[in-house]
Amino acid sequence: MSAVDVQAAITAITQAHREEWARVVAALTKRFGDLDIAEEAAAEAFAIAVERWPADGLPPNPGAWLTTAATRKAIDRIRRENKRDDKQREARLVYDDDPLEPVGAVDDERLRLIFTCCHPALAMEARVALTLRMVGGLTVPEIARAFLVSETAMGQRITRAKAKIKAARIPYRVPSAGDLPARVSGVLAVLFLVFNEGYLSTGPDTDPVRHDLTAEAIRLARLIRALLPADGEVVGLLALMLLIEARRTARVSASGELVTLDEQDRGAWDTALVAEGHRLVRERLVAAAAGVAPGRYQILAAINAVHTCAHDVRDTDWSQVVALYDQLVRLDPSPVIALNRAIAVAELDGPEVALATVDRLEGALSGYHAYHATRADLLRRLGRSQLSRAAYDRAIELAGNTAETAYLTRRRDQLG
Amino acid sequence: MQYLMSVIHDRSDLATSDEEAAIDVFNDRLRAEGHWVFAGGLGVPDPATVIDNRGAQAVVTDGPFLESKEYLAGFWIIEAPDLDVALKLATEGSRACNRKIEVRPFL
Repeated sequence: MSAVDVQAAITAITQAHREEWARVVAALTKRFGDLDIAEEAAAEAFAIAVERWPADGLPPNPGAWLTTAATRKAIDRIRRENKRDDKQREARLVYDDDPLEPVGAVDDERLRLIFTCCHPALAMEARVALTLRMVGGLTVPEIARAFLVSETAMGQRITRAKAKIKAARIPYRVPSAGDLPARVSGVLAVLFLVFNEGYLSTGPDTDPVRHDLTAEAIRLARLIRALLPADGEVVGLLALMLLIEARRTARVSASGELVTLDEQDRGAWDTALVAEGHRLVRERLVAAAAGVAPGRYQILAAINAVHTCAHDVRDTDWSQVVALYDQLVRLDPSPVIALNRAIAVAELDGPEVALATVDRLEGALSGYHAYHATRADLLRRLGRSQLSRAAYDRAIELAGNTAETAYLTRRRDQLG
Repeated sequence: MQYLMSVIHDRSDLATSDEEAAIDVFNDRLRAEGHWVFAGGLGVPDPATVIDNRGAQAVVTDGPFLESKEYLAGFWIIEAPDLDVALKLATEGSRACNRKIEVRPFL
């Protein structure tokens, strides 16, 4: 086989891994009722593909080839284990044979897999790890690196989650229509957490933006959108992530410093992602006009759409931003939302008005770096340098992202 | 599949008559829907006695095996096809007895 063909085979395997991993794991989980067997067999099937495809050429249907290879590996393992302890392996996962019609979605095993991995009886960090492994196909070392824990610890986290699913009988199915909105919102929370960890990575030695994580979160959101096309919040989260991702390269300077929205080179934004995000937001605006109340991700996406519509920061429609935050506060009266609303209020009504609002949040947010960074900026604009400096000091102390720390430090040192 | 639903409490008060009435309603439902296996209420752990007969001679210790603020105040053993059903029942049970509930699968 020529070098060109080998390269083509490697590209095909990479693509198959991205497109077929979750499908193979889901199909095997359904057949064998065991996430552990499904995961191991899928990994083995891809390892065989790496050996065989460059030598034998690409199979006509890579997905079917991988599922067949994985199924054989799974049967081998089950036979081995049965021989060893002479005991029929019991399929413990509860599989629901009802068609997925109530959801109004295509019948796809991957949906069951996602809901099982994001089950509310699992700790949030376990849900994140399991989803990235089983649905995203990331390796344990990759996930461990992403969350700055040792491979051993991450391996144990995933093993424990799989063991709980089996022992406590977390079912392998799409939730009933009544439970669906709450369960979908649990899935979206997992994706948003992955995205945010990529977008605002924490840790002194971490890259300020982890593109691998933001890209993976967007890819999974696209998958869930394809599986649950009727859910407005899924569209909202995808749009939100696209509009944030579009600004990624403009957000960190060459010297590794955070560039705030008002100082970003808007020409460096990814116009294709902005256009796609705007299209999705418009889709939800049409639904909202028809009387479907938007959820928090849709409102956050709309706020980001207003920002990305302005070619110059001075063109930003701040009254629209504040109106959207008012809508969001009614849905989610949390102090973090109130803080973000105050930042928009500063542009509309001035820093004095905003500062009064921000100061009222001290009790709830005194341990949150963005609270102090916001105060520092407002105090700076009001010419109260000494108080501003103290607020920057506190923000720098609490900030975990390297680009943010660099930005805050420069701003503090520029104070007169 | 059977699950143990442990009732967790941190004060010495017993169930009020309202709570008892709500528990009765919940128990009737468990029986009617085929989830009922067994249930019982426990008082404070103070009168507990621990026996350890693993050695040459049984050792008797006065008091609970674990000193903690929270204690087991009662339990249900239920039959449920999977954790989703068990968690739904536990949600209702917690409301009925007005206490926290831990759900644990039997082996």
